[in-house]
Amino acid sequence: MRAAVIRFPGSNCDFDMLYALQDFGIDAEIISADNNDLNGFDAVFLPGGFAYGDYLRTGAIAKFSPIMAAVIQAANDGKLVVGVCNGFQILTEAGLLPGQLQVNKVPGFICEDVELLIENPNTAFTNAYETESIMIPIAHGEGNYYADDATLAQLEDNHQIVFRYAQNPNGSAHDIAGIMNERGNVFGMMPHPERAVDPVTGNVDGQPFFKSILSEIIAGD
Amino acid sequence: MYLAKIYVTYKPSILDPQGEVIKSALTRLDYTGISQVSQGKYFEVKLDARDVEAANAEVKSFTDSLLINQNTETYRFDLSIVNEDEAIL
Repeated sequence: MRAAVIRFPGSNCDFDMLYALQDFGIDAEIISADNNDLNGFDAVFLPGGFAYGDYLRTGAIAKFSPIMAAVIQAANDGKLVVGVCNGFQILTEAGLLPGQLQVNKVPGFICEDVELLIENPNTAFTNAYETESIMIPIAHGEGNYYADDATLAQLEDNHQIVFRYAQNPNGSAHDIAGIMNERGNVFGMMPHPERAVDPVTGNVDGQPFFKSILSEIIAGD
Repeated sequence: MYLAKIYVTYKPSILDPQGEVIKSALTRLDYTGISQVSQGKYFEVKLDARDVEAANAEVKSFTDSLLINQNTETYRFDLSIVNEDEAIL
């Protein structure tokens, strides 16, 4: 399996993501957002950070970077497209996922471990979890998920809400921490599973996230 | 040459946490009569266009596609004719 980790100017979790993917034997490499070709990659990861300084709005400038046409193409081709934190914000701005991430309900940057409930265990991102609740770190100032009522109802009805916060830290509608598109191949979450894979960090609850993705790709081959 | 002054605000139904924090700070400063604060964004854009209709259309187009997120934001703008060397503001 080959995975691309997109580096935007201002990404700062690209190496964390690369490290996590390589830890699971995935042939991953960092691809600059100035490229416009993702042929040959089975999965695309948009890492955390502050793409283009988060100028204007989080993800607003990034959605027009050269690589995004290829990311949208990969999503349309059914390849896995995963956005974490700033990556999630970019996916919503680009229209690959519905809604928007707004300033936290109580403005400020939150950096802590939070409990997530696995709302849908039958996804490409959660199938390897054997528990219903995990601890994953969050680190964001704009993680307050907003969508209109019709969109939220659709997300609920289609089981597109993958992770929910056990205690809502940022005001997200319906306690949403991570969602996927209807097809189930594009996924975004604010918490950082790539920061919870190595025992040296004291938390390995992110490991099944990557195992799930790996088994999905292998099953698809 | 045209100058567009674009005012971006939240849609009425959207929570504005920064506006709320500013309001509570103002109340702390003893401005007790303040009932609501909303924080928005302001842009000035100089552009060339064939005529005022074309300028209007272009401002709408780039504001919809980049300057706002239509999930939560809305906008209005004023358009005026300016000289090329006239400074913004």
